[in-house]
Order: sequence, then structure tokens, then C-alpha cells
Amino acid sequence: MVQSPSKDNPAPQPVTNRIGLTQADYKGSPSTLCDGCGHDAITSQIIKAFYELGLEPHQVAKLSGIGCSSKTPAYFLNRSHGFNSCHGRMPSVATGANLANDTLTLIGVSGDGDTASIGLGQFCHLIRRNVPIIYIVENNGVYGLTKGQFSATADYGSKLKSGVINDLPPIDLCGLAIELGCGFVARSFAGDPKQLVALLKAAASFKGSAVLDVISPCVTFNNHEGSTKSYKYAKEMETPLHELGYIPFYEQITVDYDHGTEQDVELHDGSHLRLKKLGHDYDATDRLGAINTIQQANAEKKFLTGLLYINENKPSFPDLLHLVDKPLASLTEAETRPPKEVLDQIMASYK
Amino acid sequence: MKTLPADSAQSSETGRVINDFSIHVATVNGSGSQSSNSVLMRSIFQMGIPISGKNLFPSNIAGLPTWFTIRVNKDGYIARRNDVDILVAMNPQTAFEDVKALKSGAVCVSPSELKLNDVRSDVKHYQVPFGDLAAQATDQIKLRKLLTNMLYVGVVAELLGVDNEEIIKSIKRQFDGKPKAIDLNLNAISIGRTWAKENLKKADPFYLEPMNKTANKIIIDGNAAAALGCMFAGVTVLTWYPITPSSSLCEELIDYLKEHRVDKATGKATFACVQAEDELAALGMALGAGWAGARSMTATAGPGISLMAELTGFGYFTEIPTVIFDIERVGPSTGMPTRTSQADLTKAHLLSHGDTKHIVLLPGSVEECYLFAIEAFDIAERFQTPIFVLSDLDLGMNNWMADPFPYPTKKLDRGKVLNAEELEKLGKFERYKDVDGDGIPYRTVPGTNHPLAAYFTRGSGHTEKATYTEKPEDYVNLMDRLARKYNTARKYVPAPIVDYVSNANVGIIAFGSTDFAIYESRDQLKVANIPTSYLRVRALPFTDELRTFVEKHEHVYVVEQNRDGQLRDLIRLELPDLAMKIRSIRHYDGLPIDARFVTDAIMEQER
Repeated sequence: MVQSPSKDNPAPQPVTNRIGLTQADYKGSPSTLCDGCGHDAITSQIIKAFYELGLEPHQVAKLSGIGCSSKTPAYFLNRSHGFNSCHGRMPSVATGANLANDTLTLIGVSGDGDTASIGLGQFCHLIRRNVPIIYIVENNGVYGLTKGQFSATADYGSKLKSGVINDLPPIDLCGLAIELGCGFVARSFAGDPKQLVALLKAAASFKGSAVLDVISPCVTFNNHEGSTKSYKYAKEMETPLHELGYIPFYEQITVDYDHGTEQDVELHDGSHLRLKKLGHDYDATDRLGAINTIQQANAEKKFLTGLLYINENKPSFPDLLHLVDKPLASLTEAETRPPKEVLDQIMASYK
Repeated sequence: MKTLPADSAQSSETGRVINDFSIHVATVNGSGSQSSNSVLMRSIFQMGIPISGKNLFPSNIAGLPTWFTIRVNKDGYIARRNDVDILVAMNPQTAFEDVKALKSGAVCVSPSELKLNDVRSDVKHYQVPFGDLAAQATDQIKLRKLLTNMLYVGVVAELLGVDNEEIIKSIKRQFDGKPKAIDLNLNAISIGRTWAKENLKKADPFYLEPMNKTANKIIIDGNAAAALGCMFAGVTVLTWYPITPSSSLCEELIDYLKEHRVDKATGKATFACVQAEDELAALGMALGAGWAGARSMTATAGPGISLMAELTGFGYFTEIPTVIFDIERVGPSTGMPTRTSQADLTKAHLLSHGDTKHIVLLPGSVEECYLFAIEAFDIAERFQTPIFVLSDLDLGMNNWMADPFPYPTKKLDRGKVLNAEELEKLGKFERYKDVDGDGIPYRTVPGTNHPLAAYFTRGSGHTEKATYTEKPEDYVNLMDRLARKYNTARKYVPAPIVDYVSNANVGIIAFGSTDFAIYESRDQLKVANIPTSYLRVRALPFTDELRTFVEKHEHVYVVEQNRDGQLRDLIRLELPDLAMKIRSIRHYDGLPIDARFVTDAIMEQER
């Protein structure tokens, strides 16, 4: 949001970020989702995070699959290229975009239907390759655009508006991501903007697949009594693992952190994430501990949020490919067509 | 019925058949016979005699029957020939069937213990104690099976008169840098050769004599040729999922790229190759890369094409360039994965739901596999759409003689891509507007540093400004422009090769690897007083030459390797007023079409 002019200063310069852009420059077209949709709250935090980070919009590409959540890239970053792909296929398209130009910051928005069902395979392989992307699952437990069928993340025993009870176990996308070696796994809630914006910024500073499973209530089809993905349920049940503080690389660290009550994680671009302990003694760098915590929380029907797991030491996919420094997309004919001598030599080998 | 021309080139004076026969080697797959067959084929080729080599193999790694056919032909006919003149029956599993299928007067080289002479007395048998000879060649039991393959090379070389110098050259080439293997194999060939010389009495008409028809020629398979084309087209992103018969295209390409597109000093690559989790992901990645400005491609076969249907339509509708190679095999379903076919034509052309039609390039030789690969990337980027290159197993995986490929002279065509300076000058950008009237809009790639550059790609209805729409007029506008773009392609795609014969009432139309059989069949028909004109289709959409050609002939036979006459149907749709002239010849048993099949089918209807 651009700040309103104050009484003391009637003609102020618009407030800008470190690259001179206003928050309006990070906005998209007006949302067409239902009033109060959790997805719109997430969209607002994406705009805020990218604005505050001062990312160049033209260096960002936003991608999605199909579903309500996948419509949202149209609602932020109008000055970035967008790609609303096929159902469940965003991970492969994002992988291709990364191959062509690994200097782009990719943000992918998907839903629980798009990721946990039709796109589960591509989700797994994106993580396995560690393609650099901020991968947001806007998770509401139902198919909104087709009017309220259960998705594969719906909790066991949760109830549809029609009274139908879900009798299948949910797929826990965070647990799965950790299992697959993901180096940045977080769970959050659309109704917790402070935590979400810190996680989004940290994800943007992380070079690798960063998975954010964000509970994002569907006000039309899954916000009733008996739903485990409603605003009411999530608000009551949310248990943050820690309080998050993000210090961008371009700001000097002025406060030392307390080793007893805080965990400090340095991210790939030099930014820091401070995890202030809240009651639990949670270590976000302990993979097995994270898996145990998730399983235990699920068994106890707890809704834990925060940075579940982080590991900055895994090579990203472009690292493994040993690509030239220039994006492949910008290579010229001289750089990609070997000279005639090469063809002559190959032809001679076939004679 | 008119008299059929004789197939055999038997000289009436000497009774000899020189440089015109086919050798059929039956072995077990996984037994290592590929090297020996290759040595035999190359040795004959090096004698200056035109050859082609075809591997008929099972969808299996070891233990099932496989056949390798070498066709030797002084006139340069390199299509498959149905008749086998010389059988090397090394596989006990199939030996009886193989011998029974021979025509009278054919030759059979076989292990003595199979006693094949009892099966057919009208065939000339050369029985060889391969077991004993293998024991002479090595005392290592493990090597005997492998060296037995070289023993038959020695026997056949002696019987047919293959120059020993050429054998030595081929062996050295085959086992380059492995002196021990060279010695071992040359020794085995020599044992076979010496035994044959001392023990067999030549009693068949087949002889090889040196010629000068292969000087400066290469032998290559279509997949390797296409891979070379891709490298010289400057491909930067290859995404693929292994499937027969297209895997070798990707694997050859990866090898070439590693050799020629990695900076020797830094070890950094100007390409990315990704083995995807399935064909959906392979095409998703190729489209993502094409969208972001890379020259991208994938290669697959029929089942992969089926899986790519949705994303191909997406690429068509959102206008993203990429190149899809389909090396056709026999379908439907798993079909016969190691047999050849041309049955993906309409599937590829019209792939996906809704009104879609794609540009398809149809190479008909290894040289065209190379040239069309280069062309495909230019057309994909010029037209901003997925382009198919349809090859097949016969063309892609078998050995073909060709002239060395020319180095590309045309610069890369990257199509209508606007950069920041151009956007600044124009002052506006509408992604899907037909500015030039050719149906092809302008695009930008992500990362372009200009406030006007960004647009939103979506598979849903979109306006000229790339915004969402469900308005009827917007949709019609878009679909009509896509049709206009497709029509523009008629002037860009490779035109057909047309050969008019002045007194011909009969026209032949074919595409792809069927060309080899047509080339030979037309000569056979000419001898039978049926002169024919010939048009070889090299791309869809059709170009104007097609109508002219059909109009000029009384009957036009469309010859293709599928059950339903797919090209015939497309031509009838294109030329409804001429549909009655169009006749159909279809070969679809999984083996490459042969000339005699075409000749017989045309003579049957032209009698």
C-alpha cells in the first residue's frame, strides 16, 4: 500500500523501496475470487514481501497450474511475466523456465488439488531436483473451482458442507517434501500475515525449492463447522513453532541473537532468518526431528506453523548442470552453433 | 496383368549374381552379434558397393530372436527387400522357420549340428562346425559365444569375396583403441575364412565385386543425424523420457553436446539436458524453456505423444515454440515397440482437444533428419508454436548411406521477439495482436528489462493483450488468427519433392521412409510400362504443389505405412473435389515397406 499523505507534509514523495518502486508497482489485476478468500490474503503478503525486498519485477516469473489458487498470479506483480499452465504441470514448466534462465526468481502458486493429486508426481520431482522456486500451496482441503469436492489434503474425518465425511487419510505435503530432500519447508496460515511475510522473504533468499504449505480457507465451500481448514479452526488451533525475524542481506545486522532462545539461519543471498523459540525447543535444521514433529502433530491434530525444516547445503539443480554464466536463453548463434570444422570432423567419423 | 520385371540381376552369361542380394543374419539378442554384423556391412560398403543395414530386434534385452539384414545393391536401392538370398542361421530357436521361409535357390550358412539340410533340400547349405572353430579361436569359454559371431563373418566373407583389407579396416574401426580385441576378432575371422576356403565348395551364384559407388559416403542412422541437426541448430534445452525408438536420438545428442558444447577451460555447458519423470513433464519443461527464450526440444514415440496431448494444445493456444520429435513405432497402445510404422501422422498433426492443427515436418532420409531438425527450430520460433518432426524406427535406428551433411548456411531465425529497446521505440506491446497480417504476433521473454515487457500466458481464453476473456468475439478473433498463422506456414515449410514424368497417367504420393521403396518401385513399374510421377510430401500443412500434382494425373496412389491411410485421408480433406482420384496403398505389418509390395499393389489396380 502506498502511504497516504500526512497532515504535516501535504505533497510527499511516494514511499518507495530500495530500487525506487512503490508497492503499487508490485500489484496485479483485481482479484475475482470470493470475498474473504484466504488466497487473496496470501496475494497481499506476496506483494508486500516482494516490495519490501526490492526485487526487480522483470527478474521475477510467476507460474501456476489450474484451480482457484492458480488464478492468483494474475493478482500480483503485473510487471512480471506470468504463466498459468495446465492442471498439475506447473512444476515442469517452472523447471523449463529455470533451465532457460536461472537468473529469474520463480514464484509458483498451486493448490492442494493441483499439487497433492493431479500434480503430485511433478511436485515430487521438482523437489528431488531442487529447482529454485518459491512453491506456495494454497491449501484449503477442497476443490473450489469445481464446487467443493474433497482434495487429498482434507483431514481424516473432516466434513463437507453436504455432510459427507472424509474417510481417507490426508497427504501431508510438508512431510512429503522433507522426505524428498527439500531444503526449505514451511507451514503457515493465510490469517497469520506476519509469519507468512517473513517466510516468503526467507524463501526468496533461498536458492532451491522452497515449499510453503499455507492453510488458506475456502470461504464458500470449506469454512463451516466440522471443517478442519476453516478460519475458525485454523485460528484456534494454530501453534507457531517460533517467532520469525527476517534480516535482508542489504541491511546491517545490529542486534546479536541469543543462542539460548533463538536460532539464526544464514540464507543463500546473505540474508538471515531468526527463529525465536516459543516454548518448544525446536531445531529447524534437524531433519528427523522435523519429521517426528510433523507426524506427532498430525496424530494429535495440532496445526503447527513456522519453518519446519531448513538445509542450505544442498546443491540446486542449475548448480548440478554446470551451466555457463549467461542464461541459456540469451546465448547467441556463435555460442551455440559449433563451427564447420566440427561437422567435418563428425562426418569423417561416419565414413 | 503385365509381366513383372525380374528382381534378380543374374547375368545370363556367367550365371553369377553380382552385388545384388540380401544377407539375413539370425541371432539371439544380447549375444553381441551387432559388432560382427556391423563389420560385415562396413566391409562391403568400403568395397564401394551400396548397402543398407536393418536391425529387426525384439523388445527385450537378452535371449530373444533378432535379425540383421544387409541389402547389397549395385543400383543403390536401399529399401528393405522381402526376399532373403543368404541366410546365416545362428539362432537354433528360429532356424527352422528361417530356413522354411527361404525361396528356392537361396543360401543357408548354419552350425553343422542344426542339420538344416534335412529341412530344405532346394537351398544351398554351407554347414560349419562353429563350436569346434570357436574352441580354436579362444580357450576362454566366455569369449566363445562372442567370437562365434566373427567366425560367421569370416565364412561369409570367404563365400562372397569380401576383401580382407576392408575387414581389417572395419575391425580396427569397430574396436578403436583396443588392440587386444582387434587381434582376437581378426583371428576369429581368419579362422572362419580359412576353414571355409579349405572345406566349402562354392556352389551359389552370389558374388561381391568392388565398385566405386560409395566413395565419400557416410553411414549413419536417422536418430544420430537428427541429433546432429539439433546441435547445429543451437539447441539449448533437451528434456526427454526414455522410450524406444527415440532414446538414441537424445543419447546421441547428449554425447555430441558434451563433446562440442562444453567450454574446455571452465567445464561449463551451453545446454541443459534433463531426463524427465514422464513425457508430460518432458514437454512441460520444453514449453517452459521455450517460453523463457531457450531453443528447446523433446523426443519421444507414440505413447509419449499420447501423454503430451494436453500440453501440446496448450503450446498451440498460448503460442510457445518447441520442437517435438516423434520416432514412430507400431501402435496402438504398447503395440510392437521395436517395429516401424507411420501411424502417428494424423495424431501428431491434430494432437490435443479443441480445434488444433500443428506443423509437421516429414524427413524422408537421414540427410533430411539432419536438415529438418535445423529447420524445425527456426520454424518453431518463427511461428511460436510446437513443431513436430515425424521420423520412424526404420529411418531412425537403421543404417543408411548418405552424402556428408552440409554445414548450415542460413542464420538462426529466432522469430519475432521484442527486446527492451524495441519496446521503448514502439511504446506499446500487445502479445497476441496480428501486427503484420501473417497471423504471427510478437513476443517478449521473461527477464526483459522494460515495464511494457510482461504479459500473462494462459491456456484459458485470452485477448490480444493477453488478458482473460470469455467474450465470443475475442475467442473467434484468436482462433481465426491461429488459422491464419497456420496458413502462413504453407509458404515456410519444406515444399514437396516432385518428379513429373511426361507420359505418366499414374501419380504416387508418399512421405518419410516410404521414399526408399517408392524409388525402387518406380523403376520396376517403368520396366512394366507404367511410367509414374512422384510427389513426396515433406511437411504439413500441404503446399500448393499438391493440387497441381493430383490434377495432372488420372490416378494418384498414396503409399504409406499405416492401416487407415492417414495421409490419403488428409489429402482428401485438403482436395475434396479431387478425392475420387485418390487411391491408397497401405503397409502396416511392422516391417519396413518394400518396393515389390508397392509395385504389385499398383499393377493390380492398373492392369
